[in-house]
Amino acid sequence: MKAMEVRLNVNGEAKQWTIAPGDLLLDVLRREGYFGVKRGCEAGECGACTVLLDGKPINSCLMFAAQAEGADVLTIEGVAHGSTLHPLQEAFLDHGAVQCGFCTPAMILNAKALLDRKPHPSEEEVREALAGTYCRCTGFRKPVEAVLAAAGAKR
Amino acid sequence: MSSGRTVVGHNVRKVEGVKLVTGGPAFTDDIQLPGLLYGKILPSPYAHARIKRIDTRKAKALPGVHAVLTYKNVPRVPHTTAGQAWPEPSPYDTYLLDSKVRFVGDRVAAVAAESRAIAEKALRLIEVEYDVLPAVLDMEQAMAPGAAVIHDEPDSKGIYDASRNIAGYILRGIGDVDQGFRDSDRIFEREYRTQRQQHCPLEPHITISWLDGDGRLVIRTSTQVPYHSRRQVAMILQIPVSRIHVIKPRMGGGFGGKQEMLLEDICGALALAARRPVKIEYTREEEFYMARTRHPQILRMKMGVKRDGTILASQLTVVATTGAYGSHSTTVQGNTGSKVLPLYRAEHMRFECHVVYTNTPVAGAFRGYGCPQGFFAQETLVDEIANDLGIDPVEFHRQNVIRLGDTDRLSAQLGEGKEGLPRIVRSCGLPECLDRAAAAIGWTGKRQALPAAGHLKRGVGMACTMQGSGIAGIDWASAFLKMNEDGSFFLQTGAADVGGGADTVLSQIAAETLGVSLDKIVITSGDTDTTPFDVGAYASSTTIISGGAVKKAAEKVREQVLRMAAKMLDTPVENLTCGDNRVSAVGKSATMTEIALHSMYKEKTQIMDGASHFNTDSPPPFCATFAEVEVDTETGKVRVLHMATAVDPGTAINPAQAEGQVEGAVAQGLGYALTEELVLDGAGRPLNPNFLDYKIFGAKDMPKLTTILVETDEPLGPYGAKSISEVPINGPAPAIANAIFHAIGVRFRKLPIRPEDVLRALREKETVADDQCV
Ligand code: FES
Ligand code: FES
Repeated sequence: MKAMEVRLNVNGEAKQWTIAPGDLLLDVLRREGYFGVKRGCEAGECGACTVLLDGKPINSCLMFAAQAEGADVLTIEGVAHGSTLHPLQEAFLDHGAVQCGFCTPAMILNAKALLDRKPHPSEEEVREALAGTYCRCTGFRKPVEAVLAAAGAKR
Repeated sequence: MSSGRTVVGHNVRKVEGVKLVTGGPAFTDDIQLPGLLYGKILPSPYAHARIKRIDTRKAKALPGVHAVLTYKNVPRVPHTTAGQAWPEPSPYDTYLLDSKVRFVGDRVAAVAAESRAIAEKALRLIEVEYDVLPAVLDMEQAMAPGAAVIHDEPDSKGIYDASRNIAGYILRGIGDVDQGFRDSDRIFEREYRTQRQQHCPLEPHITISWLDGDGRLVIRTSTQVPYHSRRQVAMILQIPVSRIHVIKPRMGGGFGGKQEMLLEDICGALALAARRPVKIEYTREEEFYMARTRHPQILRMKMGVKRDGTILASQLTVVATTGAYGSHSTTVQGNTGSKVLPLYRAEHMRFECHVVYTNTPVAGAFRGYGCPQGFFAQETLVDEIANDLGIDPVEFHRQNVIRLGDTDRLSAQLGEGKEGLPRIVRSCGLPECLDRAAAAIGWTGKRQALPAAGHLKRGVGMACTMQGSGIAGIDWASAFLKMNEDGSFFLQTGAADVGGGADTVLSQIAAETLGVSLDKIVITSGDTDTTPFDVGAYASSTTIISGGAVKKAAEKVREQVLRMAAKMLDTPVENLTCGDNRVSAVGKSATMTEIALHSMYKEKTQIMDGASHFNTDSPPPFCATFAEVEVDTETGKVRVLHMATAVDPGTAINPAQAEGQVEGAVAQGLGYALTEELVLDGAGRPLNPNFLDYKIFGAKDMPKLTTILVETDEPLGPYGAKSISEVPINGPAPAIANAIFHAIGVRFRKLPIRPEDVLRALREKETVADDQCV
């Protein structure tokens, strides 16, 4: 397959990568070392591969890397500021919302997109925001509590 | 219940937590290896067939292909994939690759190539001619005369009756059930059916294997059983155990599906053949039918009771299918009897089970390990009996359940593949679990509420369940601790954190015992080169067995620390205590750092020690599950409004993590009750191997959850702990089925309970009612 270049911002850093036109954004991000982007189904069904594209959650397994040309991509690796964790990350740890942790990056990114848009969401809205991310470990009570607590803490 | 404890009983943050919330490399796939090849397995398209001809020349000739394996170029060693202690009680009926395939998805061949696309293309280039055989898909047909024989190979071992497709047979009992039934005033007997559920860990099975600089085979894999996998791979690939290094990074969920040597053998074989690193990861679709499932069962449950509600006799007769291979076949089904029937104090019990082969996906270990099936039958029947006798189900349970000080004699009859050991109840919070979960759901008021008008009917139902904590006399673990110059300790354990937080709990036990803060414990786990033996994460054993080993090792190390401090402080050991990162006597103390430096550089002594641990009993954790549902009689949809679960886990070492275990188990139990089933077509092909068609509960589907920990003090557990991860999965299905009965007066005895089943049952009920009016 012919190689091509893609230019994008990942976690605030300008990147230029050589890719094949058919490469998925998920595969390219993992290849470049963003291991927080997880592969759970490659079919847009589990949400584990979530990243924020210009602030909106998308499934990176459903998108070609080439389509991210010029976009701002945020992965879980870019959510903390240096060693200072984001309130959502703190809340997930404090509320025992992380079990195996495989879905955690996607949960936090979806929650972040919600809080950025709506700083004080209802429980309904939190559940709506997490609906696209499957978690087989937690039963969702603690993740939902963590997001609500983080929203409260940000007040 | 932290009673003066500073670490145990506290909601400390998860060790590794920061790495997980920031996306640091943690899981098997979070590594980049130069020259990595992609491994891929060619799955059988037929449920039952012999390979007449297989030609791999075109695949081998494809540029970028580095290895192609078929049954012709690998060793043929009968084995089981069940990750169990040696000698495994599962039949040795599986081969790395075979000339016969026994289910859709069975291994035909495997390739390693430079990219996934090339590997997939290579699979398409393998020419296979099959001799298609009649398939046995229905477990009731499997034993019938004339059924195709699935394991007709002469070299398999340990199959109960291969000619009748019976992988295993169990018959055990106590007392005399026939007499018990004769003495009963009422006898109830019903049949129940349970389905094929898949674990659906968010991280599918994945293994990466390579040869290290010394030519040893490294296997980096998402497994619950690093040590068993090492032993099994050594046997299958015929290389010494010492030439294999299994590394378990963090696991993205397992739930029993990874208590299995599943990809490690074939991935290792490809790495050896290609002399390059190889990765095999299942796609989600492959995970559904090429990994493992829960055993489907048909259960016939019979109980005899006195008019006052006393259960005299219980009998459970089961046919289960293990699929094409007998992984965990008799042990899972043994649990269906041994952990379920003894919940009640009946004097007479009998359990009989045939575990049969069918040409279907392979069943294996799955959280609950045979108990969800058994409790669905037992707790639904018990609800029916209580209703029939006009006794409140909660009362009925209080009257009949096992109590503190009781001995469960059936367990002695039903061990893990052999005679077991009697179980004595040394701690029991079940009565309190019943009270508190009933109160949380609003039992009394809601049971008495009049039925609502309209099409939305509400009901409440309940179930009691129990489990074990480790396998008595079989599960064992070891741990090692050594002290560093800064007063910290390295803790090495073979235990495998599935994601539930074992690393955190074990670190808490070490810290508590040594009197140091949690940050002073640095844990390494699940690495066969650097950590001592552990059977692995299954049977709810890690906290009690691995935790027991950690506590013993920490006690030995504490002794050494105290003796060293005694010398430094010139004070007898008896006058010293550990705590607060120091050793203190009246008026003087030394910090752990000072003690470590003194020991290492003055006394030239490394403070270190290890210990092994096992139990001869498996203390049961108890659980009461209460459900409130709303049934839409127009659509048949069952909406669960509230699940209240009260569990007695002994001491909760980390209460928040313990609650998380309960809630995750309830979520999986809800799916088991209402939505989850891997469906096969008439040719044995999976119809719904994806998350759109196989529905697990998501954030919006979950009901309100109330989680109650009723802590007790278990004498056999470290700091009084038993276990928690499995027991709460047993209750949701029967509790929901009972709540549905309360709501609409219809019994469901088959899982999952789908809207179409509810509608059909409601229509039948109406028809019957109409007929009676005529
Ligand atoms: S991996 Fe993208 S949605 Fe599952
Ligand atoms: S924590 Fe394991 S999948 Fe969510």
